[in-house]
Amino acid sequence: MSTGDLSPIILTLVTFTPLVGGLLLMLLPRRDRDIRIFALVISLLTFVLSLHLPVYFVRGQTDFQYQIDKQWVSTPNIHYHMGVDGFSLWLVVLTTFLTPLCVLISWKSIHERVKEFFILLLILETALIGVFTSLDLFLFYFFWEATLIPMALLIGIFGHERKVYAAVKFFMYTMIGSVFMLAAILWLYAHTGSFDFVVIRDAIASGTVPKFPAAAQWLFLGFFLAFAVKVPLFPFHTWLPDAHVEAPTAGSVLLAGVLLKMGTYGMLRFNLGLFPEQSRQNAPWVMTLALIGIIYGALVAMVQPNMKKLIAYSSVSHLGFVVLGIFSFTQAGLNGAMFVMLAHGISTGGLFMLAGILHERRHTYEISEFGGLASPLPVYATTYLVIVLASVGLPLLNGFIGEFLVLSGAFQDKPVYGILGATGIIWSAIYLLWMYQRVFYGKVTHSVNNSLSDLSGFEKIAIWPCAAVALVMGVAPILWLAAIDPAVQAALTPVVRMASRMVGQ
Amino acid sequence: MIVTVSLIPDYSQSLPQSADYVRILPEIVLSIFGMIVMLLEPLLDEEKGQKLLGLIAFLGALAGLGATWFMAQSPGLAFWNMVKVDGFSVFFHILVIAIAAIVILCSYEYLAVQRIRAGEYYALILFGVVGMALMSSAIELVLIFIALEISSISSYVLAGFRRHEAASAESSLKYFLLGSFATAFFLYGVALMFGATGSTNIDQIGSTLRAGPVPLLAFVAVALMFVGLGFKVAAAPFHIWTPDVYEGAPAPVVGFMSTAPKAAAFAVLLRLVFVIDVHGLVWVVWLAAALSMTLGNMGALVQDNVKRLLAYSAIAHAGYTLVAFAAAPALGTSAAMFYLAAYAAMNLGAFAVVSHFANAGERYVTLEDYEGLGRSSPLLAATLTIFLLSLIGIPMTGGFFAKFYVFNAAVKTNLIWLTIIGVVNGGVGAYYYLRIIVMMYMRESRKEVPVTPVPIALGFALACCLAATIYLGIFPNRVLQFAQDSAQQLVQAAPEAPPSTAGSMVPEALR
Repeated sequence: MSTGDLSPIILTLVTFTPLVGGLLLMLLPRRDRDIRIFALVISLLTFVLSLHLPVYFVRGQTDFQYQIDKQWVSTPNIHYHMGVDGFSLWLVVLTTFLTPLCVLISWKSIHERVKEFFILLLILETALIGVFTSLDLFLFYFFWEATLIPMALLIGIFGHERKVYAAVKFFMYTMIGSVFMLAAILWLYAHTGSFDFVVIRDAIASGTVPKFPAAAQWLFLGFFLAFAVKVPLFPFHTWLPDAHVEAPTAGSVLLAGVLLKMGTYGMLRFNLGLFPEQSRQNAPWVMTLALIGIIYGALVAMVQPNMKKLIAYSSVSHLGFVVLGIFSFTQAGLNGAMFVMLAHGISTGGLFMLAGILHERRHTYEISEFGGLASPLPVYATTYLVIVLASVGLPLLNGFIGEFLVLSGAFQDKPVYGILGATGIIWSAIYLLWMYQRVFYGKVTHSVNNSLSDLSGFEKIAIWPCAAVALVMGVAPILWLAAIDPAVQAALTPVVRMASRMVGQ
Repeated sequence: MIVTVSLIPDYSQSLPQSADYVRILPEIVLSIFGMIVMLLEPLLDEEKGQKLLGLIAFLGALAGLGATWFMAQSPGLAFWNMVKVDGFSVFFHILVIAIAAIVILCSYEYLAVQRIRAGEYYALILFGVVGMALMSSAIELVLIFIALEISSISSYVLAGFRRHEAASAESSLKYFLLGSFATAFFLYGVALMFGATGSTNIDQIGSTLRAGPVPLLAFVAVALMFVGLGFKVAAAPFHIWTPDVYEGAPAPVVGFMSTAPKAAAFAVLLRLVFVIDVHGLVWVVWLAAALSMTLGNMGALVQDNVKRLLAYSAIAHAGYTLVAFAAAPALGTSAAMFYLAAYAAMNLGAFAVVSHFANAGERYVTLEDYEGLGRSSPLLAATLTIFLLSLIGIPMTGGFFAKFYVFNAAVKTNLIWLTIIGVVNGGVGAYYYLRIIVMMYMRESRKEVPVTPVPIALGFALACCLAATIYLGIFPNRVLQFAQDSAQQLVQAAPEAPPSTAGSMVPEALR
């Protein structure tokens, strides 16, 4: 197939292939093996299709690419408008990359209601990709809400002991958070007559929206609240540990790897994109919350006796870096924020898979149940170490690049943010390495652990790609940043213009 | 279709023309079929005849839909300006008759299981629909009152059809007593309106009121009529009867009561609010909307009986619909019409599943009974899940667009606070629908609950509701377009409705 042919429809293909696959899966007979293979094929197909995006993406262009814009509903004026830029490009690929791994990691661990599981997983993938590709506010909200149901069901049906509580809590938090966004979207539509992101952005920038100055702060908050719950930013984070601990492994991977990024992506795209002035004004307290999240998340992670909860709180801490970077309004900060999003998706996804593997063998996440695992499980321990180091931020692995950029951006904004944020790296080294030491080093403390089996073939195929990508991202970040940077510069232009205007006065 | 309505009544003493009869053709057809059902019943075998009667009633509803098509071809006034056929009344004719058809299908097996005599049941549904259809096309307050009574009386009787159950008798009696009290309010309002304007014709009242200062009496009259209709649509603070009546009445009847009479009462209310443009009424609607949403959702949160839960949710949905009434005329009318259509599809579907699942004697109606349904009867559970998701307002279902249009209309009219109350309620409301889904999928059943296979008639009804719910959720355009066109006609029929009045009528504090 030649290159140009696919470009106009590629986003539609990537977004809806999993959904079509999920619908076909409903028709398949309940033979678990066939269902697994089918789900894997569909998710791999989606991944291959999505590789079209970075391959033919024109670097250095700030406009949205692969755009498709068709009218869906005439009144109200809703369009099927999709497109990607440097922000969303890699998040789409991250989603399609993690989903086949989720299928693999669930190959053996899900043995009841297999069909439902994979149907939900594929529907969730479509909704997630849709969130990142839609450029129509209505379409965005549509996909945003659509992620809720499959995720809540994945947690609630396939989770652990307190699954129902966790699923309902997850659902209610995000649902109530996002209704404020709906109100804000409706306001924007009422006063601009459009749901189109580009149209609204340009209308706001040119100051032609009636009554905008009075409402701007509320609109900013409406969007921000929805995203802050999703990120989750302190103090809206309480749903996260519950959801993670109870979710099945694949659910945790997608939750940490992609769902949380919906929040930070939303801040980047909508809060920064539509309300640059309000974002700048609100930056101090947002950054303060981000810093609290970084430090508080790390401290709480440190004292967790439960491995999965520890990883969950580490997400609170890492996502704090992302928010810190976004609201630093520096080129380095925004690039770093994007990079942390991707790096966190890979490394935390990997950590959740590894924790899940251990849970499958011992049915517990308690750190005290393990100890000295390095000798019975050498391959597992080595893989774990690579991922842990990636998450800690060791140079040459992916975590380092992003956090370094974010911190240098924060320093440029205000040194104190940089200094406090930098402690986060120390904390993360402490809690992760300490956990690693307790689980893997020393003598085997529980004799059951001697008989544990090392990584199986499926598990290796699921996790090693994460480790490999973590390494490549750490060595050659430019492969990713080349596409991200133009979008960052475009996002910063109105802020720079604003600053120079203020200086001019 | 193009409607040309002359506002000056060409009053004549002459006999009704044939066009007049065409304009009430659906009502005539439905009445004839209702009478056929009643006449045939004693002639048929009690056991075997039931099915035949159901079939005739269903055909009657289909014939009614066909008659609506004929009626739509000749829009205009009929019977000395008492009946008006326009896009608006066609829309509601189709809606209530389609609801009746679905309810007849749902009742097909239910009646046999409950051992209810079919003849009266089907006939009452058909007669009730005559009243409801007439409510949507009548523009003469006295005729509206008669239509309202026709529809109400059949609902009172239908609510009591589980004769052997005390709850059903209680339900019927409660509905009857409170209902007649409410219709008395309506009638009182009509009388006062006549005193204030010298007319009982809605269009005339509208132009009289617009011509001069609005007398206080007119405001009181509209408020009283609002009380009467507020009762019918189960809007707070006139909602107290709802949970008890819904709990006791037969489940298919509840599906019927919560959609068709409600749609008809809303149709009357739409004409009243937007054609008779009384200042100050909007904040009454504002309060009723906010109260209904909040009280309905709060009440539903603590219910363990699914029928009661859905009853409270019906109150909340009446509130969402009322939000549209507080908005600008054209936008609000079309939003409310779309909402009622989507609500009818999803709520009927939900009640159809509930009534099938409840089994003989309606034994299985608590949340606990739904445990593990996702495993024992996956298809039924999945169907109910889609209806519940639509009631929550999740994308790709009609409920999503319905809420969206309503709030869109409200924001456009600057009712920001009402919108915020509404969307927060939507979030809270998600919880109790979710509880049912949680029970079905995430709990293992502790009780032995037999689930009988779905009979064909019910399966067909469910498929229709499902198709409508999803169709409205993905391709809302056509229905919305129809609603918008007819809303435009309705509002234009009231000349010079200044676009901003609805908003400015709201006191500053409430915005």
